[in-house]
Amino acid sequence: MPDATGLELLARELRETDPDSVSDTEFFREKAALHVPPKAIRAVLEFLRGKGFRALMSVHGLDYYPEEPRLGVQYELLDMTEVDRITVKLRVPSDDPHVDSVTPTWPTADHQEREVYDMFGVIFEGHPDLRRILMPEDYEGFPQRRDFPVGGEPVLFTKDAAHGEDYTA
Amino acid sequence: MSTEVSEYRKREESVDLSALNQPVEGTEQELLTLNMGPHHPATHGVLRLLVTLEGEVVRDLKPIIGYVHTGIEKTAEDKSYWKVIPVVERMDYLAYYFNAMAFCGAVETLLGVEVPKRAQYLRVIHLELNRILSHLVWLGTTALDLGAISMFWYCFREREKILDLFEYSSGQRMHTRYFQVGGVFEDIPRGWEAKCRDFLDDMPNRVDQYGDLLNRNEIVLRRLRGVCPLDEETLLALGVTGPLLRACGNPWDLRKAAPYSSYDDFEFRIPVGTEGDNYDRYAVRLAEMRESVEIARQALDGLPEGPYIVDDRKIALPPRHELATSMEALIHHFKLVTEGFRVPPGEVYYPIEGPRGELACFVRSDGSSKPARVHMRDPSFVNLQAFAPMVRDAYIADLIATLGMLDPLLGGIDR
Repeated sequence: MPDATGLELLARELRETDPDSVSDTEFFREKAALHVPPKAIRAVLEFLRGKGFRALMSVHGLDYYPEEPRLGVQYELLDMTEVDRITVKLRVPSDDPHVDSVTPTWPTADHQEREVYDMFGVIFEGHPDLRRILMPEDYEGFPQRRDFPVGGEPVLFTKDAAHGEDYTA
Repeated sequence: MSTEVSEYRKREESVDLSALNQPVEGTEQELLTLNMGPHHPATHGVLRLLVTLEGEVVRDLKPIIGYVHTGIEKTAEDKSYWKVIPVVERMDYLAYYFNAMAFCGAVETLLGVEVPKRAQYLRVIHLELNRILSHLVWLGTTALDLGAISMFWYCFREREKILDLFEYSSGQRMHTRYFQVGGVFEDIPRGWEAKCRDFLDDMPNRVDQYGDLLNRNEIVLRRLRGVCPLDEETLLALGVTGPLLRACGNPWDLRKAAPYSSYDDFEFRIPVGTEGDNYDRYAVRLAEMRESVEIARQALDGLPEGPYIVDDRKIALPPRHELATSMEALIHHFKLVTEGFRVPPGEVYYPIEGPRGELACFVRSDGSSKPARVHMRDPSFVNLQAFAPMVRDAYIADLIATLGMLDPLLGGIDR
């Protein structure tokens, strides 16, 4: 893992190329993380690829409800030679959940960005095929958001419809 | 009789074959889009494939998933930490110990808990038995797809022995809930070690027998050797890990690269392939079973004395006998069972080497007794993306063989 000093050096180098590219750094439980603004994500990941982090192991979303900006996307990078890991974290507001997709340069992000879109409603600009992946295509809402109720799913029994009852209730 | 024959010959000669030799109008074949699944025995679960075919050749393929999506990650947010273990175990239902390990490891990292050495060794033994079990189910079902029906029975015979061992140590055959935050649920019972050693002595011979049945089998070789290879660069770009990556010669294995749970105490080798074709994928997994036996044996030999779960009463349940005598133990028990323990706020990504590749659990805590987010980075979900590049321009029969060698687990993919 890059230690706390190594992380600061990485952040400083990034800020030299673009002063707005890193908003914060975090070192928690021996693990380094960079907080970046959404528009900088492609540039930061490319920079880290140049530093040896050539494998993108995971892209996952999370919801910081009720904080704003509410939705988060995290990228787990791995350096297989130095056996190093670093996390890149970004946050987007729920009224404008747009992030640049990294799928064109990191093909592994394809399914995982689709899952984040499916579950949290984060829209990845430039993704070649941004559709729902786990939920049905006509599903409404983003079930993994914190304010989405558990058990609010209507159970459809068409036998009730035959008796003129509202079977969606 | 002779007249009959001559008449037949005459009729035969009169057949005009010239129409067959004429070129067919338009040499280009039409593309056919074919739907495979979700209910098809060779898809190893409810996987649906939209396949674009040109004759017998696969030109493109789109996997459609989500048929067994049960919202486990959502369910986990509604349960206290120790109650999440049984639900995450049900994601990848052949690698339940691994799911529990990834989740417990993430929570332990958040808590800053050091797991006792004996618990780490017990975890390793169970993890490696589970890896053998997972590979046995893979081998049996995949060989079944290739037509080797008897392999299925042999593999499930050995799987049964592992399930018996799990039942002996935890009371359950599948989804055992044996791993707890801070250690394991109970020490192994008397007689378990001997029974486990019997199995470990037997298993290498069984692997030899599987090899004898398949390694020089002409049908198996033709179905696997040189079929649907994929180079290391593409696999890495697609995030593929585990036996699939090792089959092309990249020895990436988290047990060696970033040891967790005392894996650095054991000596073992990492089997790698050379070509990255289906045969290497098969051979790597077969060899991995042998190595797993070795690791489990070393862990049994070196099993240290000591506690099997951490001694922190704020995290682990007090021993049963204390409940009758100690008021404090009773309070701890009550608090743990009703509210659970609270975890300091933070975010942790905890990767381990599952039977199918990097299995990682991401846990975010907001300081309460329930996780704010649990996400499994399931290797099957990511590896499935490599399926289309593998089978592009291959025959449809090889698609089935390759799907078996990919070893996707739909419970893990859909979660």
